[in-house]
Amino acid sequence: MSVPPPIAMLAELTHRCPLSCPYCSNPLEMAAKEAELDTETWADVFRQAAEMGVLQLHLSGGEPASRRDLEELTRAAHAAGLYTNLITSAIGLTPRRLDALEAAGLDHIQLSLQGTNAQLADKIGGYRGGFDRKMQAAEEIAKRGIPLTLNAVMHRQNLDDLDRTIDMAVELGARRLEVACVQFHGWATKNIAALLPTREQTEAAKDKVAEASKRLRGVLAFDFVPPDYYADYPKSCMGGWGSAGLNVAPDGSVLPCHAAQTIPHLQFDNVRDTALKSIWYDSAAFNAYRGTDWLPEPCQSCDRKEVDFGGCRCQALALAGDAGATDPVCVKSPDHHRVVAMLAEGEDEADLTYRVNA
Amino acid sequence: MSLALSPDDRPYLPRGVRLHDDRVRGSTVLLAPEKAVELDQIGVAILSRVNGEDTFAQIIQDLAQTYNAPAQQIEQDVQRFLVGLRARLYLMVH
Repeated sequence: MSVPPPIAMLAELTHRCPLSCPYCSNPLEMAAKEAELDTETWADVFRQAAEMGVLQLHLSGGEPASRRDLEELTRAAHAAGLYTNLITSAIGLTPRRLDALEAAGLDHIQLSLQGTNAQLADKIGGYRGGFDRKMQAAEEIAKRGIPLTLNAVMHRQNLDDLDRTIDMAVELGARRLEVACVQFHGWATKNIAALLPTREQTEAAKDKVAEASKRLRGVLAFDFVPPDYYADYPKSCMGGWGSAGLNVAPDGSVLPCHAAQTIPHLQFDNVRDTALKSIWYDSAAFNAYRGTDWLPEPCQSCDRKEVDFGGCRCQALALAGDAGATDPVCVKSPDHHRVVAMLAEGEDEADLTYRVNA
Repeated sequence: MSLALSPDDRPYLPRGVRLHDDRVRGSTVLLAPEKAVELDQIGVAILSRVNGEDTFAQIIQDLAQTYNAPAQQIEQDVQRFLVGLRARLYLMVH
């Protein structure tokens, strides 16, 4: 099997963040500030990535603006020839820093939205005043004409607000709205009951996105990440393990996806010791679930195996106890009943468990 | 809304969208927010003429002359391609 070069790299510059969203995709055990890669090492990783074929760089976290050298890192990524995308809550993005990021060659901002009003957004983000600061930053971004995507993480407690979310994206001058139903990895696994949407919410959301993308054609583009668990077939994790993208964690560990560290038997190489290219092509972790040869039944004889590649490895581990099993979301999985049972667990009154910051 | 281009429209790639020479894969890609679209030769021929100055009609005429093909057929293909990009906000018009 010939392995294609990666297209996209997610650089988790830090796990630090002023927010404590209960669905944060960061691992439960986060890297401390002292463990983070320094400016020069990140810059070198960006150059290595561009040389091996990465086109899109997502500067993420945690909150990437928590890094004082974000402007310098952006400049290095831009100089390497990468398309630079900042994934941010905008807390800490002052007008002065936005100016510096623009000058450094930042191409695009993906702004997260925790809710459509201060009460809901600050409750989810666990940070009072966060919503107002975000709206101020959004205005500054629009004023500068920096291309903007709004990323609304949707779940049981805010899906009914989808209409308002869509209106807000237009008002803020976003070109694109990502309606991303919460994925149950990282901290979200502690909050399944509180965050799992109902089937009715799921259906209504699909209809609304379909209607709005027609109505707003040419004004706002939509991307819809449907909720986990309600589909008949699983999502193809990362477009196939080790096929399109890679993740570099704050400490330099290189991961096939942001949740891969939950799989205990995998060892992840680090950019401090090993060249990025060699990690992508030769490391045991990237080859563990690459392609289709490793697939178990019922995937191996399924005509969808090149479509979803057996689904999500971390979900298979979490729900079936085996990272090498068919994703239990699939109706053909022998463990599918576990997903069905889980759907009954959602409850409106469940308490939220917030991400705990170091 | 209809996103079809009129003859006088002057299409352009907005900020955050650009052509990129992908030396690793030996192709030209269109880079856009969180997206990379690999272009075939026709896509490159069209987008290299999209500069915010030339009108849609001029672009069609230029392509018809360069490739010695009927303008009507070219127009259909170019229109379909550009409308697709416009729907994703990868292309805008003056």
